[in-house]
Amino acid sequence: MRAKNKWSNLYLVLVFVVLYAPIFYLMFYSFNSGGSMRNFESFTLDYYKEVFEDTRLLIIVLNTFVIALLSSAISTILGVMGAIAIHHIRSHRPKQTLLTLNNVLIVSPDVIIGASFLILFTIIGIKLGFVSVLLSHIAFSVPIVVIMVLPKLQEMSSTLIDAARDLGASSWQVLTRVVLPFIKPGIFAGFFMALTYSLDDFAVTFFVTGNGFSTLSVEIYSRARQGVSLSINALSTLIFLFTIILVVGYYFINQRNAKPSAKEGR
Amino acid sequence: MLNKSRSFYLIPYLAWIVLFVIAPILLVAYYSLFNVEGSFTFDNYVKFFTPVYMRMTLSSFWYAFLITAISLLVAYPTAYLLTRTKHKQLWLLLIILPSWINLLLKAYAFIGLFGTYGLTNSVLEAIGIGKQQILFTDFSFIFVSVYIFIPFMILPIFNALEEMNPSLVYAARDLGASAWMTFRRVIFPLTISGVKAGCMAVFIPALSLFMITRLIAGNRVITLGTAIEQHFLVTQDWGMGSTIAVFLILAMAAMMLVTGNRKRGAADARKK
Repeated sequence: MRAKNKWSNLYLVLVFVVLYAPIFYLMFYSFNSGGSMRNFESFTLDYYKEVFEDTRLLIIVLNTFVIALLSSAISTILGVMGAIAIHHIRSHRPKQTLLTLNNVLIVSPDVIIGASFLILFTIIGIKLGFVSVLLSHIAFSVPIVVIMVLPKLQEMSSTLIDAARDLGASSWQVLTRVVLPFIKPGIFAGFFMALTYSLDDFAVTFFVTGNGFSTLSVEIYSRARQGVSLSINALSTLIFLFTIILVVGYYFINQRNAKPSAKEGR
Repeated sequence: MLNKSRSFYLIPYLAWIVLFVIAPILLVAYYSLFNVEGSFTFDNYVKFFTPVYMRMTLSSFWYAFLITAISLLVAYPTAYLLTRTKHKQLWLLLIILPSWINLLLKAYAFIGLFGTYGLTNSVLEAIGIGKQQILFTDFSFIFVSVYIFIPFMILPIFNALEEMNPSLVYAARDLGASAWMTFRRVIFPLTISGVKAGCMAVFIPALSLFMITRLIAGNRVITLGTAIEQHFLVTQDWGMGSTIAVFLILAMAAMMLVTGNRKRGAADARKK
Protein backbone atom coordinates (compact mmCIF):
# COMPACT_ATOMS: atom_id res chain seq x y z
CA MET A 1 0.00 0.00 0.00
CA ARG A 2 2.81 2.36 0.85
CA ALA A 3 4.62 1.60 -2.38
CA LYS A 4 1.44 2.41 -4.24
CA ASN A 5 1.21 5.72 -2.45
CA LYS A 6 4.75 6.51 -3.46
CA TRP A 7 3.97 5.90 -7.12
CA SER A 8 0.85 7.98 -7.05
CA ASN A 9 2.70 10.81 -5.36
CA LEU A 10 5.41 10.57 -7.95
CA TYR A 11 2.80 10.78 -10.70
CA LEU A 12 1.22 13.86 -9.19
CA VAL A 13 4.60 15.49 -8.70
CA LEU A 14 5.45 14.76 -12.32
CA VAL A 15 2.21 16.34 -13.53
CA PHE A 16 2.90 19.41 -11.43
CA VAL A 17 6.48 19.67 -12.65
CA VAL A 18 5.39 19.53 -16.28
CA LEU A 19 2.59 22.01 -15.66
CA TYR A 20 4.86 24.54 -14.02
CA ALA A 21 8.14 23.96 -15.85
CA PRO A 22 7.40 26.29 -18.78
CA ILE A 23 6.23 29.04 -16.48
CA PHE A 24 9.30 28.91 -14.27
CA TYR A 25 11.50 28.55 -17.32
CA LEU A 26 10.14 31.84 -18.61
CA MET A 27 10.58 33.50 -15.23
CA PHE A 28 14.11 32.21 -14.78
CA TYR A 29 15.38 33.57 -18.07
CA SER A 30 13.74 36.93 -17.57
CA PHE A 31 16.74 37.67 -15.33
CA ASN A 32 19.30 36.59 -17.90
CA SER A 33 21.61 39.30 -19.15
CA GLY A 34 22.56 37.06 -22.06
CA GLY A 35 19.54 38.19 -24.06
CA SER A 36 18.18 34.79 -24.99
CA MET A 37 16.50 31.79 -23.39
CA ARG A 38 19.73 29.80 -23.13
CA ASN A 39 23.09 30.06 -21.33
CA PHE A 40 22.26 31.98 -18.24
CA GLU A 41 24.97 34.61 -18.00
CA SER A 42 24.32 36.89 -15.09
CA PHE A 43 21.47 38.35 -13.12
CA THR A 44 19.87 41.50 -14.44
CA LEU A 45 16.68 43.47 -14.05
CA ASP A 46 17.12 45.29 -17.36
CA TYR A 47 14.13 43.60 -18.97
CA TYR A 48 11.85 44.69 -16.17
CA LYS A 49 13.04 48.22 -16.66
CA GLU A 50 12.37 47.80 -20.35
CA VAL A 51 8.82 46.67 -19.64
CA PHE A 52 8.11 49.63 -17.42
CA GLU A 53 9.59 52.06 -19.90
CA ASP A 54 7.64 50.62 -22.80
CA THR A 55 4.63 52.93 -22.76
CA ARG A 56 2.99 51.17 -25.67
CA LEU A 57 3.09 47.89 -23.76
CA LEU A 58 1.78 49.50 -20.58
CA ILE A 59 -1.14 51.01 -22.46
CA ILE A 60 -1.90 47.58 -23.88
CA VAL A 61 -1.82 46.04 -20.39
CA LEU A 62 -4.18 48.75 -19.22
CA ASN A 63 -6.47 48.10 -22.20
CA THR A 64 -6.53 44.41 -21.40
CA PHE A 65 -7.58 45.01 -17.81
CA VAL A 66 -10.16 47.63 -18.70
CA ILE A 67 -11.70 45.25 -21.23
CA ALA A 68 -11.61 42.35 -18.79
CA LEU A 69 -13.16 44.20 -15.85
CA LEU A 70 -15.78 46.04 -17.90
CA SER A 71 -16.81 43.01 -19.91
CA SER A 72 -17.06 40.70 -16.91
CA ALA A 73 -19.04 43.26 -14.90
CA ILE A 74 -21.53 43.84 -17.72
CA SER A 75 -21.76 40.17 -18.61
CA THR A 76 -22.34 39.29 -14.95
CA ILE A 77 -25.35 41.62 -14.86
CA LEU A 78 -26.68 40.26 -18.14
CA GLY A 79 -25.95 36.69 -17.14
CA VAL A 80 -27.71 36.96 -13.77
CA MET A 81 -30.75 38.42 -15.52
CA GLY A 82 -30.63 35.60 -18.03
CA ALA A 83 -30.34 32.95 -15.34
CA ILE A 84 -33.31 34.39 -13.44
CA ALA A 85 -35.29 34.56 -16.68
CA ILE A 86 -34.50 30.95 -17.52
CA HIS A 87 -35.28 29.90 -13.97
CA HIS A 88 -38.70 31.56 -14.14
CA ILE A 89 -39.73 29.62 -17.24
CA ARG A 90 -41.84 26.69 -16.15
CA SER A 91 -42.51 24.79 -19.36
CA HIS A 92 -39.89 22.34 -20.48
CA ARG A 93 -39.51 23.02 -24.21
CA PRO A 94 -38.73 26.77 -24.22
CA LYS A 95 -36.42 26.32 -21.25
CA GLN A 96 -34.40 23.67 -23.05
CA THR A 97 -34.27 25.80 -26.21
CA LEU A 98 -32.95 28.77 -24.26
CA LEU A 99 -30.37 26.63 -22.49
CA THR A 100 -29.19 25.17 -25.79
CA LEU A 101 -28.89 28.63 -27.33
CA ASN A 102 -27.07 29.75 -24.20
CA ASN A 103 -24.53 26.97 -24.54
CA VAL A 104 -23.81 27.62 -28.22
CA LEU A 105 -21.15 30.22 -27.49
CA ILE A 106 -19.55 28.08 -24.78
CA VAL A 107 -18.99 25.13 -27.06
CA SER A 108 -18.24 27.18 -30.17
CA PRO A 109 -14.60 27.25 -31.12
CA ASP A 110 -13.01 30.66 -30.67
CA VAL A 111 -12.23 30.91 -34.34
CA ILE A 112 -15.90 30.66 -35.27
CA ILE A 113 -16.92 33.18 -32.65
CA GLY A 114 -14.22 35.51 -33.92
CA ALA A 115 -15.05 35.08 -37.60
CA SER A 116 -18.81 35.42 -37.14
CA PHE A 117 -18.45 38.47 -34.91
CA LEU A 118 -16.15 40.01 -37.49
CA ILE A 119 -18.92 39.63 -40.08
CA LEU A 120 -21.49 40.92 -37.60
CA PHE A 121 -19.54 44.07 -36.70
CA THR A 122 -18.72 44.78 -40.32
CA ILE A 123 -22.41 44.55 -41.28
CA ILE A 124 -23.69 46.62 -38.37
CA GLY A 125 -20.93 49.11 -39.05
CA ILE A 126 -19.16 49.06 -35.70
CA LYS A 127 -15.60 50.19 -36.14
CA LEU A 128 -13.12 47.49 -35.17
CA GLY A 129 -11.30 48.47 -32.00
CA PHE A 130 -12.15 48.98 -28.35
CA VAL A 131 -15.93 48.76 -28.79
CA SER A 132 -15.90 45.64 -30.93
CA VAL A 133 -13.50 43.85 -28.58
CA LEU A 134 -15.52 44.86 -25.52
CA LEU A 135 -18.80 43.74 -27.11
CA SER A 136 -17.44 40.38 -28.13
CA HIS A 137 -15.91 39.76 -24.70
CA ILE A 138 -19.27 40.56 -23.10
CA ALA A 139 -20.97 38.29 -25.61
CA PHE A 140 -18.87 35.21 -24.91
CA SER A 141 -18.86 35.74 -21.12
CA VAL A 142 -22.64 35.94 -20.65
CA PRO A 143 -23.34 32.20 -21.07
CA ILE A 144 -20.60 31.31 -18.59
CA VAL A 145 -22.19 33.50 -15.93
CA VAL A 146 -25.60 31.95 -16.66
CA ILE A 147 -24.16 28.47 -16.26
CA MET A 148 -22.55 29.39 -12.95
CA VAL A 149 -25.62 31.13 -11.51
CA LEU A 150 -28.37 28.76 -12.65
CA PRO A 151 -27.51 25.84 -10.31
CA LYS A 152 -27.61 28.21 -7.34
CA LEU A 153 -31.06 29.40 -8.36
CA GLN A 154 -32.25 25.83 -8.66
CA GLU A 155 -30.85 25.08 -5.21
CA MET A 156 -32.89 27.90 -3.73
CA SER A 157 -36.16 26.72 -2.27
CA SER A 158 -39.14 28.55 -3.75
CA THR A 159 -40.69 28.72 -0.27
CA LEU A 160 -38.08 31.37 0.57
CA ILE A 161 -39.57 33.66 -2.06
CA ASP A 162 -43.13 32.80 -1.04
CA ALA A 163 -42.27 33.59 2.55
CA ALA A 164 -40.75 36.92 1.59
CA ARG A 165 -43.83 37.80 -0.48
CA ASP A 166 -46.20 36.76 2.29
CA LEU A 167 -44.31 39.03 4.63
CA GLY A 168 -44.97 41.88 2.22
CA ALA A 169 -41.72 42.22 0.31
CA SER A 170 -41.86 43.94 -3.08
CA SER A 171 -40.35 42.31 -6.17
CA TRP A 172 -37.29 44.49 -5.80
CA GLN A 173 -36.88 43.55 -2.16
CA VAL A 174 -37.29 39.88 -2.97
CA LEU A 175 -34.54 40.22 -5.52
CA THR A 176 -32.05 42.22 -3.45
CA ARG A 177 -32.76 40.76 -0.02
CA VAL A 178 -33.50 37.12 -0.79
CA VAL A 179 -32.48 35.99 -4.26
CA LEU A 180 -29.22 37.85 -4.81
CA PRO A 181 -27.70 37.04 -1.40
CA PHE A 182 -28.56 33.41 -1.91
CA ILE A 183 -26.96 33.16 -5.35
CA LYS A 184 -24.00 35.38 -4.44
CA PRO A 185 -21.41 32.57 -4.60
CA GLY A 186 -22.61 31.73 -8.09
CA ILE A 187 -22.39 35.35 -9.15
CA PHE A 188 -18.84 35.68 -7.85
CA ALA A 189 -17.79 32.45 -9.51
CA GLY A 190 -19.34 33.65 -12.77
CA PHE A 191 -17.62 37.02 -12.55
CA PHE A 192 -14.24 35.42 -11.94
CA MET A 193 -14.73 32.95 -14.75
CA ALA A 194 -15.69 35.78 -17.09
CA LEU A 195 -12.60 37.69 -15.98
CA THR A 196 -10.42 34.67 -16.70
CA TYR A 197 -11.96 34.09 -20.11
CA SER A 198 -11.51 37.69 -21.05
CA LEU A 199 -7.90 37.92 -19.87
CA ASP A 200 -7.06 34.66 -21.55
CA ASP A 201 -8.80 35.22 -24.83
CA PHE A 202 -6.69 35.50 -27.90
CA ALA A 203 -8.55 34.12 -30.90
CA VAL A 204 -11.73 36.19 -30.71
CA THR A 205 -9.83 39.38 -29.99
CA PHE A 206 -7.43 38.63 -32.81
CA PHE A 207 -10.34 38.62 -35.25
CA VAL A 208 -12.28 41.65 -34.09
CA THR A 209 -9.47 43.99 -33.14
CA GLY A 210 -8.54 46.66 -35.60
CA ASN A 211 -5.19 48.25 -36.31
CA GLY A 212 -5.10 50.77 -33.51
CA PHE A 213 -6.23 48.58 -30.65
CA SER A 214 -4.52 45.58 -29.15
CA THR A 215 -4.74 43.43 -26.05
CA LEU A 216 -1.90 41.63 -24.34
CA SER A 217 -2.50 38.28 -26.04
CA VAL A 218 -2.52 39.78 -29.51
CA GLU A 219 0.58 41.80 -28.74
CA ILE A 220 2.46 38.79 -27.39
CA TYR A 221 1.46 36.81 -30.45
CA SER A 222 2.85 39.35 -32.84
CA ARG A 223 6.04 39.71 -30.77
CA ALA A 224 6.50 35.96 -30.34
CA ARG A 225 6.24 35.46 -34.08
CA GLN A 226 9.24 37.71 -34.47
CA GLY A 227 11.26 35.50 -32.13
CA VAL A 228 12.33 35.49 -28.52
CA SER A 229 12.67 38.73 -26.62
CA LEU A 230 13.26 38.65 -22.90
CA SER A 231 11.01 41.59 -22.17
CA ILE A 232 8.13 39.18 -22.87
CA ASN A 233 9.63 36.91 -20.20
CA ALA A 234 9.77 39.77 -17.75
CA LEU A 235 6.20 40.68 -18.56
CA SER A 236 5.00 37.11 -18.10
CA THR A 237 6.72 36.91 -14.73
CA LEU A 238 4.82 40.00 -13.64
CA ILE A 239 1.56 38.58 -14.97
CA PHE A 240 2.20 35.30 -13.19
CA LEU A 241 2.81 36.98 -9.85
CA PHE A 242 -0.30 39.07 -10.33
CA THR A 243 -2.32 35.94 -11.12
CA ILE A 244 -1.06 34.20 -8.00
CA ILE A 245 -2.02 37.13 -5.80
CA LEU A 246 -5.46 37.19 -7.39
CA VAL A 247 -6.01 33.46 -7.01
CA VAL A 248 -4.73 33.26 -3.45
CA GLY A 249 -6.96 36.18 -2.55
CA TYR A 250 -9.91 34.48 -4.20
CA TYR A 251 -9.11 31.23 -2.39
CA PHE A 252 -9.07 32.88 1.02
CA ILE A 253 -12.28 34.79 0.37
CA ASN A 254 -13.89 31.50 -0.63
CA GLN A 255 -12.56 29.76 2.45
CA ARG A 256 -13.92 32.46 4.70
CA ASN A 257 -17.29 32.32 2.97
CA ALA A 258 -17.41 28.55 3.08
CA LYS A 259 -16.52 28.12 6.74
CA PRO A 260 -19.58 29.55 8.53
CA SER A 261 -21.97 27.67 6.28
CA ALA A 262 -20.06 24.44 6.84
CA LYS A 263 -20.44 24.94 10.58
CA GLU A 264 -24.15 25.54 10.21
CA GLY A 265 -24.38 22.34 8.25
CA ARG A 266 -23.03 20.40 11.16
CA MET B 1 -46.82 42.39 -12.14
CA LEU B 2 -45.06 39.10 -12.13
CA ASN B 3 -45.13 39.02 -15.90
CA LYS B 4 -43.69 42.50 -16.07
CA SER B 5 -40.67 41.60 -13.94
CA ARG B 6 -40.28 38.41 -15.89
CA SER B 7 -39.97 40.22 -19.20
CA PHE B 8 -37.68 42.74 -17.53
CA TYR B 9 -35.21 39.90 -16.99
CA LEU B 10 -35.94 38.15 -20.24
CA ILE B 11 -35.64 40.99 -22.73
CA PRO B 12 -31.94 41.91 -22.34
CA TYR B 13 -31.01 38.26 -22.31
CA LEU B 14 -33.08 37.50 -25.39
CA ALA B 15 -31.54 40.50 -27.12
CA TRP B 16 -28.13 39.06 -26.37
CA ILE B 17 -29.15 35.67 -27.79
CA VAL B 18 -30.58 37.15 -30.98
CA LEU B 19 -27.66 39.49 -31.59
CA PHE B 20 -24.70 37.37 -30.61
CA VAL B 21 -25.87 33.78 -30.99
CA ILE B 22 -28.47 33.57 -33.75
CA ALA B 23 -27.38 36.46 -35.97
CA PRO B 24 -23.70 35.40 -36.24
CA ILE B 25 -24.61 31.84 -37.19
CA LEU B 26 -27.06 33.04 -39.84
CA LEU B 27 -24.48 35.50 -41.15
CA VAL B 28 -21.85 32.79 -41.46
CA ALA B 29 -24.30 30.58 -43.34
CA TYR B 30 -25.24 33.53 -45.57
CA TYR B 31 -21.65 34.49 -46.35
CA SER B 32 -20.73 30.92 -47.23
CA LEU B 33 -22.91 31.32 -50.33
CA PHE B 34 -20.81 34.08 -51.84
CA ASN B 35 -17.44 33.93 -53.56
CA VAL B 36 -14.64 36.49 -53.40
CA GLU B 37 -16.28 38.71 -56.02
CA GLY B 38 -19.47 38.78 -54.00
CA SER B 39 -21.74 36.86 -56.35
CA PHE B 40 -24.13 34.14 -55.24
CA THR B 41 -22.72 30.64 -55.78
CA PHE B 42 -22.38 27.16 -54.33
CA ASP B 43 -18.74 26.97 -55.45
CA ASN B 44 -17.43 27.15 -51.89
CA TYR B 45 -19.26 23.97 -50.98
CA VAL B 46 -18.02 22.23 -54.11
CA LYS B 47 -14.51 23.33 -53.22
CA PHE B 48 -14.87 22.02 -49.69
CA PHE B 49 -15.45 18.50 -50.98
CA THR B 50 -12.28 18.43 -53.06
CA PRO B 51 -9.46 16.19 -51.75
CA VAL B 52 -7.41 19.17 -50.53
CA TYR B 53 -10.02 20.33 -48.04
CA MET B 54 -11.16 16.82 -47.19
CA ARG B 55 -7.64 15.79 -46.24
CA MET B 56 -7.29 18.88 -44.12
CA THR B 57 -10.59 18.17 -42.35
CA LEU B 58 -9.65 14.58 -41.67
CA SER B 59 -6.21 15.43 -40.33
CA SER B 60 -7.75 18.15 -38.19
CA PHE B 61 -10.17 15.64 -36.67
CA TRP B 62 -7.36 13.14 -36.18
CA TYR B 63 -5.20 15.63 -34.29
CA ALA B 64 -8.14 16.73 -32.18
CA PHE B 65 -8.88 13.10 -31.37
CA LEU B 66 -5.27 12.42 -30.38
CA ILE B 67 -5.12 15.51 -28.22
CA THR B 68 -8.37 14.58 -26.48
CA ALA B 69 -7.37 10.96 -25.93
CA ILE B 70 -3.95 11.81 -24.51
CA SER B 71 -5.44 14.52 -22.28
CA LEU B 72 -7.94 12.02 -20.93
CA LEU B 73 -5.27 9.41 -20.28
CA VAL B 74 -3.18 11.86 -18.31
CA ALA B 75 -6.02 13.72 -16.66
CA TYR B 76 -8.05 10.83 -15.26
CA PRO B 77 -5.34 9.42 -12.96
CA THR B 78 -4.39 12.96 -11.97
CA ALA B 79 -7.95 13.83 -11.02
CA TYR B 80 -8.34 10.54 -9.19
CA LEU B 81 -5.14 10.97 -7.21
CA LEU B 82 -6.06 14.55 -6.44
CA THR B 83 -9.25 13.46 -4.73
CA ARG B 84 -7.13 11.27 -2.43
CA THR B 85 -4.84 14.06 -1.26
CA LYS B 86 -5.18 16.24 1.79
CA HIS B 87 -6.02 19.87 0.99
CA LYS B 88 -7.41 18.72 -2.34
CA GLN B 89 -9.06 22.04 -3.09
CA LEU B 90 -5.69 23.74 -2.81
CA TRP B 91 -4.06 21.21 -5.14
CA LEU B 92 -6.91 21.54 -7.59
CA LEU B 93 -6.42 25.27 -7.52
CA LEU B 94 -2.73 24.77 -8.31
CA ILE B 95 -3.71 22.60 -11.27
CA ILE B 96 -6.06 25.24 -12.58
CA LEU B 97 -3.68 28.12 -11.91
CA PRO B 98 -1.61 27.63 -15.10
CA SER B 99 -4.79 27.85 -17.13
CA TRP B 100 -5.18 31.39 -15.84
CA ILE B 101 -1.92 32.35 -17.38
CA ASN B 102 -2.23 33.64 -20.85
CA LEU B 103 -2.22 30.91 -23.46
CA LEU B 104 0.20 32.85 -25.60
CA LEU B 105 2.77 33.07 -22.84
CA LYS B 106 2.69 29.32 -22.39
CA ALA B 107 3.10 28.74 -26.10
CA TYR B 108 5.93 31.24 -26.06
CA ALA B 109 7.60 29.39 -23.17
CA PHE B 110 7.59 26.22 -25.24
CA ILE B 111 9.34 27.99 -28.09
CA GLY B 112 12.17 28.48 -25.63
CA LEU B 113 11.93 25.04 -24.03
CA PHE B 114 11.77 23.08 -27.26
CA GLY B 115 14.15 25.26 -29.26
CA THR B 116 17.38 23.94 -30.70
CA TYR B 117 19.33 25.26 -27.70
CA GLY B 118 16.49 24.92 -25.22
CA LEU B 119 16.26 23.02 -21.99
CA THR B 120 14.81 19.87 -23.52
CA ASN B 121 17.64 19.53 -25.98
CA SER B 122 20.25 20.12 -23.29
CA VAL B 123 18.68 17.35 -21.23
CA LEU B 124 18.51 15.02 -24.22
CA GLU B 125 22.16 15.70 -24.96
CA ALA B 126 23.13 15.08 -21.35
CA ILE B 127 21.39 11.70 -21.38
CA GLY B 128 23.17 10.85 -24.58
CA ILE B 129 20.30 10.91 -27.02
CA GLY B 130 21.61 13.99 -28.72
CA LYS B 131 19.94 17.01 -30.23
CA GLN B 132 16.56 16.53 -31.80
CA GLN B 133 14.36 18.75 -33.86
CA ILE B 134 11.43 19.19 -31.46
CA LEU B 135 9.92 22.49 -32.38
CA PHE B 136 7.86 22.45 -35.58
CA THR B 137 7.00 18.75 -35.34
CA ASP B 138 3.75 16.87 -34.72
CA PHE B 139 5.07 15.87 -31.32
CA SER B 140 5.54 19.42 -30.11
CA PHE B 141 2.16 20.43 -31.47
CA ILE B 142 0.35 17.63 -29.64
CA PHE B 143 2.39 18.05 -26.47
CA VAL B 144 1.71 21.77 -26.19
CA SER B 145 -1.97 21.32 -27.02
CA VAL B 146 -2.36 18.67 -24.35
CA TYR B 147 -0.48 20.89 -21.92
CA ILE B 148 -2.86 23.74 -22.58
CA PHE B 149 -6.06 21.69 -22.44
CA ILE B 150 -5.29 19.39 -19.54
CA PRO B 151 -6.77 21.56 -16.74
CA PHE B 152 -10.08 21.64 -18.62
CA MET B 153 -10.08 17.86 -18.66
CA ILE B 154 -9.05 17.44 -15.01
CA LEU B 155 -11.65 19.82 -13.59
CA PRO B 156 -14.88 18.07 -14.70
CA ILE B 157 -13.46 14.62 -13.91
CA PHE B 158 -12.40 15.81 -10.49
CA ASN B 159 -15.89 17.17 -9.84
CA ALA B 160 -17.51 13.93 -10.99
CA LEU B 161 -15.20 11.92 -8.72
CA GLU B 162 -16.02 14.20 -5.82
CA GLU B 163 -19.74 13.77 -6.36
CA MET B 164 -19.45 10.01 -6.34
CA ASN B 165 -20.50 8.34 -3.13
CA PRO B 166 -17.36 6.68 -1.70
CA SER B 167 -19.38 3.99 0.05
CA LEU B 168 -20.10 2.52 -3.40
CA VAL B 169 -16.39 1.90 -3.85
CA TYR B 170 -16.13 0.35 -0.38
CA ALA B 171 -19.13 -1.83 -1.15
CA ALA B 172 -17.53 -3.07 -4.36
CA ARG B 173 -14.29 -3.85 -2.56
CA ASP B 174 -16.14 -5.60 0.28
CA LEU B 175 -17.96 -7.74 -2.25
CA GLY B 176 -14.62 -8.92 -3.54
CA ALA B 177 -14.05 -6.81 -6.65
CA SER B 178 -10.41 -6.18 -7.52
CA ALA B 179 -9.13 -2.63 -7.76
CA TRP B 180 -9.30 -2.73 -11.55
CA MET B 181 -12.79 -4.24 -11.49
CA THR B 182 -13.96 -1.57 -9.07
CA PHE B 183 -12.59 1.08 -11.36
CA ARG B 184 -14.08 -0.38 -14.52
CA ARG B 185 -17.51 -1.29 -13.17
CA VAL B 186 -18.10 1.32 -10.49
CA ILE B 187 -15.85 4.35 -10.58
CA PHE B 188 -15.57 4.93 -14.32
CA PRO B 189 -19.29 4.51 -15.15
CA LEU B 190 -20.20 6.85 -12.32
CA THR B 191 -17.83 9.54 -13.54
CA ILE B 192 -18.62 9.19 -17.23
CA SER B 193 -20.46 12.52 -17.20
CA GLY B 194 -17.27 14.25 -16.12
CA VAL B 195 -15.29 12.46 -18.79
CA LYS B 196 -17.79 13.51 -21.42
CA ALA B 197 -17.75 17.11 -20.26
CA GLY B 198 -13.96 17.09 -20.33
CA CYS B 199 -13.83 15.59 -23.82
CA MET B 200 -16.28 18.21 -25.06
CA ALA B 201 -14.18 20.92 -23.47
CA VAL B 202 -11.06 19.68 -25.22
CA PHE B 203 -12.15 18.24 -28.56
CA ILE B 204 -13.91 21.22 -30.08
CA PRO B 205 -11.24 23.79 -29.21
CA ALA B 206 -8.62 21.32 -30.42
CA LEU B 207 -10.35 21.18 -33.80
CA SER B 208 -10.02 24.88 -34.22
CA LEU B 209 -6.63 25.67 -32.74
CA PHE B 210 -4.78 28.11 -34.85
CA MET B 211 -2.32 30.06 -32.80
CA ILE B 212 -0.38 27.00 -31.65
CA THR B 213 -0.18 25.64 -35.17
CA ARG B 214 1.53 28.87 -36.18
CA LEU B 215 3.91 29.24 -33.26
CA ILE B 216 4.72 25.65 -32.35
CA ALA B 217 4.02 23.61 -35.44
CA GLY B 218 5.36 26.22 -37.83
CA ASN B 219 2.46 25.92 -40.31
CA ARG B 220 3.14 22.22 -40.69
CA VAL B 221 -0.17 21.32 -39.15
CA ILE B 222 -3.18 22.96 -40.74
CA THR B 223 -6.35 22.60 -38.73
CA LEU B 224 -9.81 23.83 -39.65
CA GLY B 225 -9.14 26.78 -37.37
CA THR B 226 -5.98 27.74 -39.21
CA ALA B 227 -7.82 27.53 -42.51
CA ILE B 228 -10.63 29.79 -41.29
CA GLU B 229 -8.18 32.33 -39.95
CA GLN B 230 -6.23 32.21 -43.21
CA HIS B 231 -9.35 32.85 -45.28
CA PHE B 232 -10.70 35.61 -43.10
CA LEU B 233 -7.62 37.58 -42.24
CA VAL B 234 -5.06 36.80 -44.92
CA THR B 235 -6.68 36.01 -48.26
CA GLN B 236 -9.88 37.89 -47.37
CA ASP B 237 -11.96 35.10 -48.91
CA TRP B 238 -14.74 35.34 -46.34
CA GLY B 239 -16.99 33.05 -48.35
CA MET B 240 -14.67 30.06 -48.22
CA GLY B 241 -13.81 30.78 -44.59
CA SER B 242 -17.52 30.83 -43.75
CA THR B 243 -18.04 27.54 -45.57
CA ILE B 244 -15.43 25.83 -43.42
CA ALA B 245 -17.00 27.49 -40.40
CA VAL B 246 -20.40 26.09 -41.40
CA PHE B 247 -18.95 22.59 -41.38
CA LEU B 248 -17.32 23.17 -38.00
CA ILE B 249 -20.66 24.40 -36.64
CA LEU B 250 -22.39 21.30 -38.04
CA ALA B 251 -19.80 19.04 -36.41
CA MET B 252 -20.29 20.88 -33.16
CA ALA B 253 -24.09 20.64 -33.34
CA ALA B 254 -23.82 16.92 -34.01
CA MET B 255 -21.66 16.51 -30.93
CA MET B 256 -24.01 18.54 -28.78
CA LEU B 257 -26.97 16.47 -29.97
CA VAL B 258 -25.23 13.20 -29.21
CA THR B 259 -24.22 14.15 -25.68
CA GLY B 260 -27.53 15.93 -25.00
CA ASN B 261 -29.60 12.91 -26.06
CA ARG B 262 -27.61 10.59 -23.88
CA LYS B 263 -28.14 12.80 -20.92
CA ARG B 264 -31.88 12.79 -21.52
CA GLY B 265 -31.78 9.01 -21.82
CA ALA B 266 -30.02 8.75 -18.49
CA ALA B 267 -32.61 11.00 -16.86
CA ASP B 268 -35.41 8.85 -18.26
CA ALA B 269 -33.77 5.73 -16.94
CA ARG B 270 -33.59 7.29 -13.51
CA LYS B 271 -37.28 8.15 -13.58
CA LYS B 272 -38.17 4.53 -14.25
